[in-house]
Amino acid sequence: MTDSTPSTGLTAPKLRLGIRDGSDDGWGYAPAPESTDHVELRDRYGLFIDGEFVDAGDGRTFETANPATEEKIADVALASDADVDAAVAAARRAYEEVWSKLAPRERGKYVYRIARVLQERGRELAITESLDGGKPIRESRDVDIPLAAAHFFYYAGWADKLDYAFPGRGARALGVAGQVIPWNFPLLMAAWKIAPAIAAGNTVVLKPAETTPLTALKLAEIIQDACVPPGVVNIVTGAGETGAAVVQHEDVDKVAFTGSTEVGKLIRRALAGSGKHYTLELGGKAANLVFEDAAVDQAVEGIVNGIFFNQGHVCCAGSRLLVQESVADEVISKLKDRMETLIVGDPLDKNTDIGAINSRAQLDKIEEYLEIGEEEGAEPFQTSCPVPERGYWCRPTLFLHAAQSHRVVQEEIFGPVLAVQTFRTVDEGIAMANNTPYGLSGGVWSDKGAKAFRVTSRIRAGVLWANTYNKFDPTAPFGGYKESGIGREGGLAGLHAYLRPEAAA
Amino acid sequence: MQSATATASFESPPIDAVGVEERVARLCSRSIKKDAKLQALHLTLSMIDLTTLEGADSEGKVRQLCAKALQLHAALPDLPHVAAVCVYPALVGVAKRALEGSGINVASVATSFPAGQAPIEIKLLEVRKAVEAGADEVDMVISRGRFLAGDFAYTADEIASVKEACGEAHLKVILETGELGTLDAVRRASDLAMRSGADFIKTSTGKIKPAATMPVVLVMLEAIRDHYLRTGEKIGMKPAGGISTAKDAIRHLVMVRETLGQDWLDPDLYRFGASSLANDVLRQIVKQRSGIYQSFDDFSL
Repeated sequence: MTDSTPSTGLTAPKLRLGIRDGSDDGWGYAPAPESTDHVELRDRYGLFIDGEFVDAGDGRTFETANPATEEKIADVALASDADVDAAVAAARRAYEEVWSKLAPRERGKYVYRIARVLQERGRELAITESLDGGKPIRESRDVDIPLAAAHFFYYAGWADKLDYAFPGRGARALGVAGQVIPWNFPLLMAAWKIAPAIAAGNTVVLKPAETTPLTALKLAEIIQDACVPPGVVNIVTGAGETGAAVVQHEDVDKVAFTGSTEVGKLIRRALAGSGKHYTLELGGKAANLVFEDAAVDQAVEGIVNGIFFNQGHVCCAGSRLLVQESVADEVISKLKDRMETLIVGDPLDKNTDIGAINSRAQLDKIEEYLEIGEEEGAEPFQTSCPVPERGYWCRPTLFLHAAQSHRVVQEEIFGPVLAVQTFRTVDEGIAMANNTPYGLSGGVWSDKGAKAFRVTSRIRAGVLWANTYNKFDPTAPFGGYKESGIGREGGLAGLHAYLRPEAAA
Repeated sequence: MQSATATASFESPPIDAVGVEERVARLCSRSIKKDAKLQALHLTLSMIDLTTLEGADSEGKVRQLCAKALQLHAALPDLPHVAAVCVYPALVGVAKRALEGSGINVASVATSFPAGQAPIEIKLLEVRKAVEAGADEVDMVISRGRFLAGDFAYTADEIASVKEACGEAHLKVILETGELGTLDAVRRASDLAMRSGADFIKTSTGKIKPAATMPVVLVMLEAIRDHYLRTGEKIGMKPAGGISTAKDAIRHLVMVRETLGQDWLDPDLYRFGASSLANDVLRQIVKQRSGIYQSFDDFSL
């Protein structure tokens, strides 16, 4: 992408976009922070086992902090193997004695009740999510929480209709599900896991991520308030060891994991021969293909949504931009202009576009990739947006002239970093899109409908978007090919993953 | 019928309407508070083309409007003045005399506004008469019938002839987007107007609904941006019709800021065509300064 502007002696036209509040004579936005007054957070959170909050058996705790300020929010119980044992035993008891005997319609009522309370307490949950995880309030308020409620609503509807879900085959619950979820969409992932499981008649033991346990624990409060029978949902907090204990527990019938491919592989090995059912939703390195006949401004918006949504902490993020050479200069120049308008900062400010990186460890990993990309010969571009002094931040970043052989093209960075490559023909674009160990998602931008369908059908990934990106709906199955995982969540497929087919009665 | 080559020279990029609406929704989620809000309200006032375009308009009505333009709210003497007063050609002289020396421009609609269904000679004569009477700005309408029939060359020629007839007066080209049907057509008409000599492009006459919807304005702003990046020429934008509240106006300013940048946050390059917007903005300014909402009866018509 050489600068093709003819030398006229005049300065090239430039838009004055990135003016910040108070930093210039221009018009900026004053801070518009969401008030946290009505959000009650405890100093100390226990494990949620058998309907009660209890301390860890050995009394151990860990801290959860606000990544935007690095300040501690609360101490959270650290579950040991013995605590996980107790949680699984509670789940087993609740399954055998209560949940499997309950009329399906009654089960549905509880799930609906959880959905309604999630909506009612939406604002509190959104603020908690942004405090604990660093994501902008605009996203937690408009995406995470409404979608989490929508998942409970959707699966609540299936609870008494399982006989019709898979016509000609009966279906019954698997038993106890052990579920481990990541830190990028804490409450939403809890909803993806818990809603289909309990609606289908299973009981669960869920382990949230150690950096973002608070909304799952608030969900536990909601489950308590909703009078869901004790033991149907158990939440054990902790790090990797706690997760391993959940996944490998003998009395768990089904494992559902969302997280890194690395851990996913370990889990799959550990489960081999165990007879346990499992679904794994792992990493991704999705290609976002922009063709020369795309509506460019809307494609640029889609590229931004694809990679900068949730600081790029999204397994299905469009982290590889593949743009056709004939429009590459225009697309990249417009993308840079659009990036200049992105506001990085306080996650609780309603105008923030990009919040804090979730943890020190994740920021270190992203910064390592920023170095790797430069060493490999890609050309970095970062916006000029100021970032706060404390907390973990990363400006939106491009790696231009990236190549298929670069690690920043092959490996998942899980941050606001977009590798940009060009292609010449449709076939070349598809070949580059598929040349990856992953296969979770992808995007195609073309104003030609037939082309969009033809190309999406040739990309090997579980989720494909045409002329949009990062759209989620509880009715749509989600999951990957290759190293992006096994099984599907969401929709009927997601329900099926928590059921055992039976011969029709 | 147009030949293929003639059509090709009027090409514009495709627009995805769903994507535009999504972008607009995101821009509308910006939260403008405190000083930023007050600054935006003042800016809005300075961008207003205070407008009266009724069959019943009289000298008395226009003098009333000009008096309002000269003194928006007696209780707040430090306010910026509006950008222009917009009237029919027959009343340009009245407005010109009333506004003399104030720095407020007189804009006149012309070219057989609002339908534009008149012979070109008559349209050009109307433009010359308006300019002779003292109009600083001319708001023309494009021939939507010819444009929708695919006669882009006619539309382009017509705009160029009106521009010539304007002489020193600034030309605003009204696309009447409510009659164009698609955002693709809005983009094409915008490009065509800018390439044919428009100083401003304007959404609507105010006589047709929908008028200045946010998606339409965003597409026009993007056309202006692309034109600027290609040619270095800054074309102005005027949404008109349907923007009646301060909240709407601030949303437009956010859209301008994030699409075209600071340079367009200026009455020389951005205008609101509105009749009732000014008083809502004034009411909000009073609220920002005093903390209290006043009755609309406290603001002059």
